[in-house]
Amino acid sequence: MVAKFELNDDSVVVIIGTGAGGGVLANELAQKGVKVVALEAGGRYLPDDYINDEWDSFGQLAWLDARSTSGDWRVARDFSGLPAWIVKAVGGTTTHWAGASLRFQPHEFKAKTTYGDVQGANLLDWPIDLTEMEPWYEKAETKLGVTRTGDRTGLPGNNNFKVFEAGAKALGYKDVHTGRMAINSAEYDDRMACQQTGFCFQGCKWGAKWSAAYTDIPRGEATGNLEVRERAHVLKIEHDDGGKVTGVLYADKDGNQHLQKARIVCVAGNSIESPRLLLNSASAMFPDGLANSSGQVGRNYMRHMTGSVYAVFDKPVRMWRGTTMAGIIQDEARHDPSRGFVGGYELETLALGLPFMAAFLDPGGWGREFTTALDSYENMAGMWIVGEDMPQETNRITLNHDLKDQHGLPAPNVHFDDHPNDKAMRAHAYKQGMAIYDAVGATRAFPTPPYPSTHNLGTNRMSEKARDGVVNKWGQTHDIANLFVSDGSQFTTGASENPTLTIVALAIRQADHIAREMSAGNL
Amino acid sequence: MTVQTKRQGMTRRQLLSRTVAAGATFVVGSGFIAGADAAWAMETTALKPESMATLIQMARDIYPHDHVADEFYAIAVKGYDTAETAPDIEAGIAALDAAARGKGHASYLDTGWERDRVDILRAMEDSAFFQRIRGGLVTGLYNQKAVWPLFGYEGESFSQGGYIDRGFNDINWL
Repeated sequence: MVAKFELNDDSVVVIIGTGAGGGVLANELAQKGVKVVALEAGGRYLPDDYINDEWDSFGQLAWLDARSTSGDWRVARDFSGLPAWIVKAVGGTTTHWAGASLRFQPHEFKAKTTYGDVQGANLLDWPIDLTEMEPWYEKAETKLGVTRTGDRTGLPGNNNFKVFEAGAKALGYKDVHTGRMAINSAEYDDRMACQQTGFCFQGCKWGAKWSAAYTDIPRGEATGNLEVRERAHVLKIEHDDGGKVTGVLYADKDGNQHLQKARIVCVAGNSIESPRLLLNSASAMFPDGLANSSGQVGRNYMRHMTGSVYAVFDKPVRMWRGTTMAGIIQDEARHDPSRGFVGGYELETLALGLPFMAAFLDPGGWGREFTTALDSYENMAGMWIVGEDMPQETNRITLNHDLKDQHGLPAPNVHFDDHPNDKAMRAHAYKQGMAIYDAVGATRAFPTPPYPSTHNLGTNRMSEKARDGVVNKWGQTHDIANLFVSDGSQFTTGASENPTLTIVALAIRQADHIAREMSAGNL
Repeated sequence: MTVQTKRQGMTRRQLLSRTVAAGATFVVGSGFIAGADAAWAMETTALKPESMATLIQMARDIYPHDHVADEFYAIAVKGYDTAETAPDIEAGIAALDAAARGKGHASYLDTGWERDRVDILRAMEDSAFFQRIRGGLVTGLYNQKAVWPLFGYEGESFSQGGYIDRGFNDINWL
């Protein structure tokens, strides 16, 4: 019984985006009896539709609307029109994500207090802490079926993990395991166990990995309280003379525009589209964009300090076999300034297929230095580095008035410069990563530059005071009471952990808050 | 794809008798080139056959894999053989040959050592022509499913039930 709501029904909550934030929020609200219209720019793809082929899958799922880049990051040179590798589909990037599901460490909610003043960094403490988040993390872990939480066992290690683990132990690392993964190690919640297929990034054809596309979305729809409109691209959020939002203007698959009225609007379009939408919604009353009295909308764009280390051995590894990211070393995730930087990083196993390895190992590289690496593809092992990057006011999403999207609206420009702390941390991580592989006999190692961003964070950040950020501790904008932000753009700082679990935990918590406030008549 | 394998009914001797040697690739008659071992051949429609042969050599020099046959490089650049793209490609090849002559070689294809050809390419690697060919090869070469086994890559695995019973953890040398 899928709901169908009228365009002029102003009692509904409109959610923009259906990924880890919006998709979960939609289901959680629907379960509580709240009427929800979720507008999703992409189409609906389910496990039968997913493709075990890197480029074909990319063409099917990736967000490929016009974007531009600037700054000193290499992505701006090598992938100038593709700052981020995220998904345009029902379920958002939960189709593509690797499944790594880690709680923040306590100090990571208090970066300003813990790290002190870091020159050039716009650090701020979150207005919440781990103690407050713990029950929500537990709900999120239960929803996602995260391994090594509750009574769920870990995944078995694949070849790539075994190399990684042996090197880590040789170096003396202690906190090494197959990860806390939202990928079933045994059947759970009507989803089957992982079949070690690889292609986690291309959508799990078994449904063993949690994705909102085939869990929260259909369950929300089954309540009769949720209508998901796919291929509905939101162009603008409208407001009244009192400064409350009243609805959203969107284009359907044929480009026809519609105005959906709303009691509450929740923005969950990921950290590039969410601020872009607020900026594109500028009006006479809000000339700098909605919810932007602080001037922080679009600023403090974070993408995690990332990079990869690949290494070749004299014997086969076949890293592509099995779960893509079920392997982690957490010893370096601590805050220990004696290493020459604040914050920390995780090391996680990662494999790319041959087509993506050719594109991402050393973008622009050619000649025998490059091709002899690929000649040893079968003997290659790989890991990904994910660490806390510094929020900087100048790293930001702005409107590029010289580049228009398919609807004629200014495209987002993504500007990013590495902070010196990011560079110091990356250098440390490359050294450690290569040492791990050296310890098990690598003949050659490759400190591979960051890919287009998969973790996009911070551009509508959460702050205690209205002047410091865009939303309060509930994700409610400081300026407009019935406008919420429900995705990773809320992040005050990035922490060193993969962000999805925290986005899901915040969405569950936000749903609780919105339903309560609606019942109380406050919203 | 118009590249054919062992379907030209031509012996190596016949081939040699009609060809202009072009590295490992031979230009055969007009609008037609073939591998030196006659294992493959392709027709050109818009590009000069010599230009296609040069393009194939250039592709190999950019992404040299000694265990990957010319056929796959030919497939990777075949898409440039259209009326729309040919003028730019011919101009790029002409510049490549001019650069080779500047180094004392008769043409790019007549530059015998890979090292010398790579020097020519390095000097023009920021050009739109070089970057177009290089960028196109990233998918044109490495996204050919027939190439994957040459690197040991197994591709799609869902239809075979993944690797849970097929060696996801079979490493034995650690």
